[in-house]
Amino acid sequence: MTGKAQARAKTVEAKAIATEEIEASERAHLTTPTRLTGAEILWATLVGEGVQEVFGYPGGAILPVYDALRKFPIRHVLVRHEQGAAHMADGYARASGNVGVAMATSGPGATNLVTGIATAMLDSVPMVCITGNVSSKVLGTDAFQEIDITGITLPVTKHNFLVTKAEDVASALRQAFQIARSGRPGPVLVDITKDAQQATAEFNFEAAKPRSYRPHPMLRVEESGLAEAAELIRNAKRPVILAGHGVMESGAMEQVRTLAERAQIPVGLTLLGIGGFPATHPLCLGMMGMHGESWVNHAIQEADLLIACGMRFDDRVTGTLSSYATKAKKIHIEVDPAEINKNVKVDVALVGDLREVLEELLPRVSARDGSAWLKTIEASKGAVAVRDIKNLPDSGHLYAAHVMHDLWRLTGGNAIIVTDVGQHQMWEAQYFHHDLPRTLITSGGLGTMGFGLPAAIGAKFACPDKEVWLIAGDGGFQMTQSELATIVQEKIKINIAIINNGYLGMVRQWQEFFYERNYEATPLVSPDFVKLADAHGIPGRAVRKRSEVEAAVGEARSNPGPFLLNFMVEKEDAVYPMIPAGSALHEMIRRPERDPLEELAGDM
Amino acid sequence: MLHTFVSYVEDRPGVLTRVASLFRRLNINIISLTVGRSEREGLSRMTIVAEASSEAGHRIRASLFKLENVVDVDDIAQAPAVTRELALIKVAATPQNRAQIFDLVEVFRARIVDLTTESLMIEMTGVESKIEGLIEILREDESRILEICRSGKMTMRRGHHVSSVLKAMGKGAEEAAEEAEESVSESETA
Repeated sequence: MTGKAQARAKTVEAKAIATEEIEASERAHLTTPTRLTGAEILWATLVGEGVQEVFGYPGGAILPVYDALRKFPIRHVLVRHEQGAAHMADGYARASGNVGVAMATSGPGATNLVTGIATAMLDSVPMVCITGNVSSKVLGTDAFQEIDITGITLPVTKHNFLVTKAEDVASALRQAFQIARSGRPGPVLVDITKDAQQATAEFNFEAAKPRSYRPHPMLRVEESGLAEAAELIRNAKRPVILAGHGVMESGAMEQVRTLAERAQIPVGLTLLGIGGFPATHPLCLGMMGMHGESWVNHAIQEADLLIACGMRFDDRVTGTLSSYATKAKKIHIEVDPAEINKNVKVDVALVGDLREVLEELLPRVSARDGSAWLKTIEASKGAVAVRDIKNLPDSGHLYAAHVMHDLWRLTGGNAIIVTDVGQHQMWEAQYFHHDLPRTLITSGGLGTMGFGLPAAIGAKFACPDKEVWLIAGDGGFQMTQSELATIVQEKIKINIAIINNGYLGMVRQWQEFFYERNYEATPLVSPDFVKLADAHGIPGRAVRKRSEVEAAVGEARSNPGPFLLNFMVEKEDAVYPMIPAGSALHEMIRRPERDPLEELAGDM
Repeated sequence: MLHTFVSYVEDRPGVLTRVASLFRRLNINIISLTVGRSEREGLSRMTIVAEASSEAGHRIRASLFKLENVVDVDDIAQAPAVTRELALIKVAATPQNRAQIFDLVEVFRARIVDLTTESLMIEMTGVESKIEGLIEILREDESRILEICRSGKMTMRRGHHVSSVLKAMGKGAEEAAEEAEESVSESETA
């Protein structure tokens, strides 16, 4: 052991002892009512709610809270920008299934959280954001760094609170946790004025417990609905299960699998549904929608029954609604009554928690022979799979698809993959096969570029023993690349794969297809990412050929600390197939037989 | 079509914004909105009238229920209900034409609640069409109406309709949930 390591071990030990002591006194707070400051109540309540990490950034209006932090066994992760804090809390929540917590000061600190809150809202991720605000005496006077953050975040939170008294801190926070994780999960913001942080109040964790959660009064799973659903399943010739994010949120992986296996129904996945049903399962069709494979979308268009499980018929999944699955009856199992008949009119709505509904439905579903339909789908894969880029002979060119495929192969599919938004995200969804839930973390609804790096940090904190890979484009990575320093400061191990094509690739692809190749504002100059990593003390290397991928990935994985790989991929490759926005699900653009964009050595 | 929602909400700052914001988000114009205290302490009752497609009713109600401060929502739809509006109308009135206005007020079963040398104030309660009718007659003389203040619609279902959610609020949560469900089915079958 080096001197440094010994010193570190000693501090860790000392910290552990200190933590134990703190914990003992801390637990006392939870059982015996004590007089504390609002700031202390905040931390004590977080401890009581089981929070271990908070991602945040200090500032004037939240300083009393930061001052009290040292007394509590919570690890604070200092971010480089508050958007990063929100995405980290989000990534933490998606990877663990627990509530993620982000913290920021008033004014700009609070507004910087907004993109991250909206990201969590659109993807139903449980998160609690805590902001400081100016003293309640000057609220509404445009005091320094005062902003109406509860007003700003009203449409992008499930609920938010303005707390102006120390005695309300614990109950508001506890209610925030309950709201965030209950029903259809989502982000909740708690804005606490500085005087509420400084004042003292009686802290009683038990007494601050919110009244028990009231499920949405319009949840309804009726006997007749279940019977009708079972009847539709029994009589269907061409059924498809559509599995969404709700499968994981509800913990219904087993139930969906049982339904699929028992009734021999193939399963299509939404982007956020990936991992909810094993990709390598024979009944798994893969991702549906705009960049879904042709056989999935054709199966949906030809289906006579769709069983939608915890998904919301997003426009990226349905294409034009008027021509979506017109031959199919639809069963919608969904926890949010506001989603029923929102985009697609359904024949049977079972409104409730997916797992509970399936538990009730499964006893009514008996084994059926689905072989004819499965064979039809299998046959439709034929020609497409051959043209698949991963099967192309190695011509020396590096395609992003190669990187995804090889990463999947080399990690055994066991890593947690966090993506940014854009082409690489779709390639990941197509070529990395996820068998396990919560192994793909990606911004679906809001499509937030810059999500990847901070979300990967959050995921690593949630699952410190798992291998975490960030896959990001050169565009999105630059939006939040400052969080590289957070990785270093927190000494965490994340592998970073940048899919570098010198363009804002997905926008360029739209320009190529729909704007006559007018590449306005999409060519992108980037720093040398390997040098950038080096400036942070993070090793890295550039990869230019497919033959180099395996060794590079191996080097990154075996490196004890973080590692960055800059994959210089084909510049003008496109994500195929693609359904243009506003087209029907079967009207897709296919990868050309011989890619006219394929560069040859002489072109370089 | 015209939708009428009756909603019980917590009586605290910001709740009105949350309700109004929901309609704003759906790009639905609120035609009329009345809020006041209800029979339950700490809860306000709202009557919201909005123009939206016939299918929108379900989603609006479901979305209203998703707001943490909303305790109960009833979609009145075509159910038998009493709807009233209150109007205060100030009209210019001189000793010469006062008697004529008094007659009008009598016919419309309205009341005079303020009388000065130049003007008088009419208070009238009734359905929208009746109030519109009085205003129309008063407008026959162009310069006569000085101010109009209308409350917006207030609606209550006819017959026995206990808001069981509210009643249950003082009870155990499970009971509350059960009764909430009952109230939902009541309002849907009614």
